[in-house]
Amino acid sequence: MRDVRSWWGKHGHLVLFLTPALVIYGMFMAYPLVSSLTYSVYEWDGYLRRGFNGLDNFVTVLTRWPYNERFWGAISHNALFFVLTFAIQTTLGLFVAVLLARKWRGFAFFQAAYFLPHTLSLVVVGFLWRMLLNPTWGAVGQGLRRVGLGDWVQPWLGQSDTALVTIILVNAWAWLGFPILVYLAAVQAIPREFHEAAVVDGASPWQDFRHVTLPLLLPTIGMVTILTFIWDFNAFELVFVMQGASGSPSYATDLLATFFYRTAFGDPTTGGEPGQIGIAAAIGVLMLIIIGVVSAFGVRFTQRSQTEY
Amino acid sequence: MAASSPASRLAARVAIYLVLGTLAVVFLYPVALMILTAFKPTPEIFRNPFGLPESWGLDSFQEVWRRAKFGLYLRNSLLITGASALLLLATAAPAAYALARYSFRLRGVLFLFFLAGIMIPIRLGILPLYLLMRDLNLLDTPFSLILTYTASGMPMSVFLLSVFFRNLPRELEDAARIDGCTETQTFWRIMLPLVRPGLATVVIVNVVPWWNDFFFPLLFIQTDTWKTIPLGMQIFFGQHLVNWSLVFSGMVLASLPLLVIYLLMSRQFIAGLTAGAVKG
Repeated sequence: MRDVRSWWGKHGHLVLFLTPALVIYGMFMAYPLVSSLTYSVYEWDGYLRRGFNGLDNFVTVLTRWPYNERFWGAISHNALFFVLTFAIQTTLGLFVAVLLARKWRGFAFFQAAYFLPHTLSLVVVGFLWRMLLNPTWGAVGQGLRRVGLGDWVQPWLGQSDTALVTIILVNAWAWLGFPILVYLAAVQAIPREFHEAAVVDGASPWQDFRHVTLPLLLPTIGMVTILTFIWDFNAFELVFVMQGASGSPSYATDLLATFFYRTAFGDPTTGGEPGQIGIAAAIGVLMLIIIGVVSAFGVRFTQRSQTEY
Repeated sequence: MAASSPASRLAARVAIYLVLGTLAVVFLYPVALMILTAFKPTPEIFRNPFGLPESWGLDSFQEVWRRAKFGLYLRNSLLITGASALLLLATAAPAAYALARYSFRLRGVLFLFFLAGIMIPIRLGILPLYLLMRDLNLLDTPFSLILTYTASGMPMSVFLLSVFFRNLPRELEDAARIDGCTETQTFWRIMLPLVRPGLATVVIVNVVPWWNDFFFPLLFIQTDTWKTIPLGMQIFFGQHLVNWSLVFSGMVLASLPLLVIYLLMSRQFIAGLTAGAVKG
């Protein structure tokens, strides 16, 4: 008894400090994430767990129609989502950040302007662009018609070959402010003397960027790229809001998360089938594996390029 | 650069402003258009999409407020986001303090346990989380969202705050102990007030995604009583898709709270978010 009391006297405050956080985080984040792994190796009847069925759910997702077709389709859409977003933010976004780092008059305003769409809910972003891109009444189409480019107007969100790219661009509009800000902070953290030394050595602005700024930014670019990858492989809201849970037209904008959502919770927009928890859990585990493996490699690479100054 | 003439330097300056200005228009114009359009009745939107509205009446906003129970959603969003922020600070700050300022056997393991969740989106655990909420009878209550948000914000917040706590000088604690403070009093009275910037960062980093979150309300909340603004508006927009005037007014109402805060304190916003990202 005295042992317990003296232990409490020594460590009681630690228990007090740590327990609330551990309980909430353990119960509502760690436990769900870990047990979602086990969900995928059982057979499910609605929300009731039946027998263990090994890798059956994974075999279904990867090989049985229509799951396999949806799965590979969704993965390729997520991949394009990430690749295009990455391309835009590491060219345009980085370029803008390097320009903004000069801190001329008015640049604080530009910075705030680029970030503003990031504060909007994706529900608002989705509906706003759904309206703006409406081929008949939307502002984009009307604007093109007024400048004589009426031929260019298309039902961008309604065609299989343009819908996904349009969604990705809308997402870039709402997202780009974030990488710009982070890159800007990283560019500004580079000591002035580095650039001065480069200029003294006769470096052109491009050479200064290529051999001073860029190498020092690699860790930041790596981190932002990993974050973007994780986020893009979880993307859900824009497609759900603009194209519905089944990624219309004819699954052209279907993503892993919308596929997962339909499989787990049914598709309210088309009346779809009831929840297939085991198969959905398998999709979730595959997402977790993709995200885990790629970000682990990313972090590895990023740490190697780390510089201290 | 050193050899360039004043004229070419001026040209470069103009070009840079032109590029950045064009980009600002790309980001701002759709938002401006959204706000202008919200004042127009539907026929006027179709007839005159770009001009200023013919009158600045607030009728359509009032209609949204009435028909969409916007007041209720606003209250729910405020309550849920506010309660999550309080709960997160109340739990993450002491945990971060314990991990940053004491050495004990489990410290490394616990720190890793918290850190492990920093990159994993909580969405990937949605199935067990959903069934857990159902079994705890928390579906359709604000607690399902508050607990989920608090848990998802925990890893980053514990990490950020532990960095802030670690940077405080040792002498403060010693002085407090000599003055007879208990460990809890030292934390609460001396150390916590000193990491206020860290607490503010934690709030800013988390509150924006919570306020805008659509995914968890979509799954956890079925009845109107606890719908948040994004979920309530998504359903409202879907029902009134042909009434452009209502949809645009709804979008403006839904965005207004964060837009106003952002315009008032964009500098703190930006500083907080980049601190969160860079340190993370």
